[in-house]
Amino acid sequence: MAHIQLGNDSLEKETTTLNLGPTHPATHGVFQNVLEMDGERIVSAVSTIGYIHRAFEKIAEHRPYYQITPLTDRLNYCSSPINNFGWHLTVEKLLNIETPKRVDYMRIIIMELARISDHLICNGILGVDTGAFTGFLYLMQERENIYEIYEEICGARLTTNFGRVGGFERDFNDIAILKIKKFLATFPKVMKSFEELFNRNRIFIDRTVGVGAISAEKALNYGFTGPCLRATGVDYDVRTANPYSSYQEFDFEIPVGTNGDTYDRYMVRNEEIWQSLRLIEQALAKMEKEPKGIFHADVPAYYLPEKQDVYSNMEALIYHFKIVMGEVDMPKGELYHAVEGGNGELGFYLISEGGRSPYRLHFRRPCFIIYQAFAEIAKGSLLSDAIVTMSSLNVIAGELDA
Amino acid sequence: MVIATENLIADLQSTFGTALSNFEEPYGLLTFQTNKDSIIPVLKYLNENETYRFRFLTDVCAVHYPTTKELAVVYHVQSMENNFRIRIKVFIPESNPKIPTATVLYESANWQERETYDFYGVIFEGHQNLVRILNVDDMVAFPMRKEHPLEDPNRIDKNDTYFGR
Repeated sequence: MAHIQLGNDSLEKETTTLNLGPTHPATHGVFQNVLEMDGERIVSAVSTIGYIHRAFEKIAEHRPYYQITPLTDRLNYCSSPINNFGWHLTVEKLLNIETPKRVDYMRIIIMELARISDHLICNGILGVDTGAFTGFLYLMQERENIYEIYEEICGARLTTNFGRVGGFERDFNDIAILKIKKFLATFPKVMKSFEELFNRNRIFIDRTVGVGAISAEKALNYGFTGPCLRATGVDYDVRTANPYSSYQEFDFEIPVGTNGDTYDRYMVRNEEIWQSLRLIEQALAKMEKEPKGIFHADVPAYYLPEKQDVYSNMEALIYHFKIVMGEVDMPKGELYHAVEGGNGELGFYLISEGGRSPYRLHFRRPCFIIYQAFAEIAKGSLLSDAIVTMSSLNVIAGELDA
Repeated sequence: MVIATENLIADLQSTFGTALSNFEEPYGLLTFQTNKDSIIPVLKYLNENETYRFRFLTDVCAVHYPTTKELAVVYHVQSMENNFRIRIKVFIPESNPKIPTATVLYESANWQERETYDFYGVIFEGHQNLVRILNVDDMVAFPMRKEHPLEDPNRIDKNDTYFGR
């Protein structure tokens, strides 16, 4: 490649092409980077993605609305519930369904747990990439506790298929509430010890401060959202900008960084975990004040009836049949709804022309948009720094490829 | 600074005249149409206007309308300072799906336009590297167009008539 120049002081005779991926352990996902290396320094990077493209947008055009929820699971599989609820909220907006407050609070509890688990993975693995395995193991145990809460509520762990349009499929049981409370009691201690291990750790600071930095202006131009944007100092968060699911009633802060480097992204994610804990505590308290036993909106045409009613009640049988067979006629409409996903603004652009499935559904996937900037960020940095940068951008292959 | 929708519409109409049409607000999101010659000037105006500051391109995607043989390229832009979103649509004919690239204004348009090209065959003129991004390179079809079947239509081992595949 003629256009690639070696550095003036380079001892190399020629650049080396290095294939990082598609199944490199350091990429944490199936995507490839073709790096042109001058010794250990990256001269240029070309990202190749699409290795796990599953055509979700095409499939969604052929499926009834409730069957699209499991597709959203597989976008950012580190925080599936946020994707699920984002989709449900979009459909509810289309149908003008107002969910009961208790459902909103329940959703916030789960969404914030999902955000915590997403950030735990990202920060834990950032530790692994900088050479510290211990912190990762601390956090994996806590993620396991979060997954146990999911399991108690919806039966699944990773790809959760949480809830229904209109609310949840069942109420939180006592064990689930107990597990959430136990998590709130034990997790802060673990998180503190994790922070003690990393925040002021000399090696960690040396590896992350100033690495993979991006300016706020550049980040906005590249379409950054979420923790990666907030690390540059822009306090944009969909939860406060366009509140959904009653986020406006809650008291929480939006942490921002200053330099937009890997350390700032790490710190923003850490702080967001603490804010999420605050949100869960508030939501739990608010939920307990609401009348018990309400876990879905009263929309019989869209919400699957109780199974025992199906055998005894004519209406319930009809709705059950129509919903399961996907013969619910949806209203016409065109809308964009965004939620704050683990990595940023997760948007659903939905066009319904009536009928059983969407005419067009487009997922605005934050990873896909953020990852474009990697080639520019990585340029000129060391290979080991590029790995750490990629890790802190939290690129999830599922969300990258849809 | 809060943008009043009526003022924004009036200002846009006085600046661009008949190039903009079909102003509506489905679900509270200002939507209008323009043509492919005006899309970049409109985006540029919204981007560079100091009051509006639509500096953030949220999303680019396309929609296929086989009945009218048209493709709609849909832009969502956002002003974070004003917390205001706009949706801009450009209808282009299926036979000549060309539109100027928005990468001159937004870096984030790069992959989103490649994705749109990949799935709908929309040619973004001036794009530096308009190649497929998610599908395999040697694919010939544009799979998100409505005429493209979801599955291989020659399969006989599946009969999903009732589930309407």
